[in-house]
Amino acid sequence: MRQLDDLDRRIIVATQDGLPLVPEPWRQVAGELGVEAEDLMDRVRSMQEDGIIRRIGVVPNHYALGYRHNGMSVWDVADEDVEAAGRAMTELGFVSHCYQRPRCPPAWPYNLFAMIHARDAATADSLVQRLAEALGPMNRGHLVLYSTRILKKTGLRLGA
Amino acid sequence: MIDDTDRAIINALQGGFPVCDRPFLVAAESLGLTETALIDRIAKLRADGVLSRFGPMYNADRFGGHNTLVAIEVPEDRFDEVAAIVNAFPEVAHNYARAHRLNMWFVVAAQSRAEVDRVLTEVEAATGLTVHDMPKQREFHVGLRFEA
Repeated sequence: MRQLDDLDRRIIVATQDGLPLVPEPWRQVAGELGVEAEDLMDRVRSMQEDGIIRRIGVVPNHYALGYRHNGMSVWDVADEDVEAAGRAMTELGFVSHCYQRPRCPPAWPYNLFAMIHARDAATADSLVQRLAEALGPMNRGHLVLYSTRILKKTGLRLGA
Repeated sequence: MIDDTDRAIINALQGGFPVCDRPFLVAAESLGLTETALIDRIAKLRADGVLSRFGPMYNADRFGGHNTLVAIEVPEDRFDEVAAIVNAFPEVAHNYARAHRLNMWFVVAAQSRAEVDRVLTEVEAATGLTVHDMPKQREFHVGLRFEA
């Protein structure tokens, strides 16, 4: 896994809030950074290949699209089952993020987190049910914590 | 309100935006739009808040910093006060109220684990509440697109 170099960092800082909405956005960013457009585009492609850029496009605000039921489903799975359980859940295709995290006993026995999003409560419940079915006996207990308010949302950013 | 053309743009363009001289022209062709129409549509969807961003989505793990998910049990009558304290830290990237005894969940991101620890210590000192620190140990990759 390569480290970010100076050009990577400058490109990230210039574009992490978005691309300019002009016919030649890459050329405009290159101009702002004082590099050739071809060099900038080559570097963007290489950042895609290296996984530094996950994808390029529109990021919908899922609330605005009507996805109001956003749940953090959390699961207690034996450590040796975490890999199989994580794969089983993400293979269903509707989980947006899935992480293993440490338990915080006794308050918190759950070690696998999967985010689900639905337009109504019944659909949200059915998605959780499908996750439970996919885990089968690997699931030793679960909960869903629905978000009731967004208190802050700035995202993870690279400092200039 | 969004129309069928907006929906087609959102459904088609959550990835794969071209890296070339005239990317909107290329993307517009497959949507049956003109370059100008696509640019104008995306600008309006951004302005209306239907899109939260347009551009590259970076893998923040590769920025070299550290982050963790933190949960706190906040007494209901102190909820807004504690939210204000937590949100004032620039290292707090997002913060959600959730329906559970642990009712406040936020992400702390900083350049190093030591910086993250400093923020957690300061949050505990400023609020008098215990933080539950749950750094990501493993990520299962997904490529979810939202259907508009």
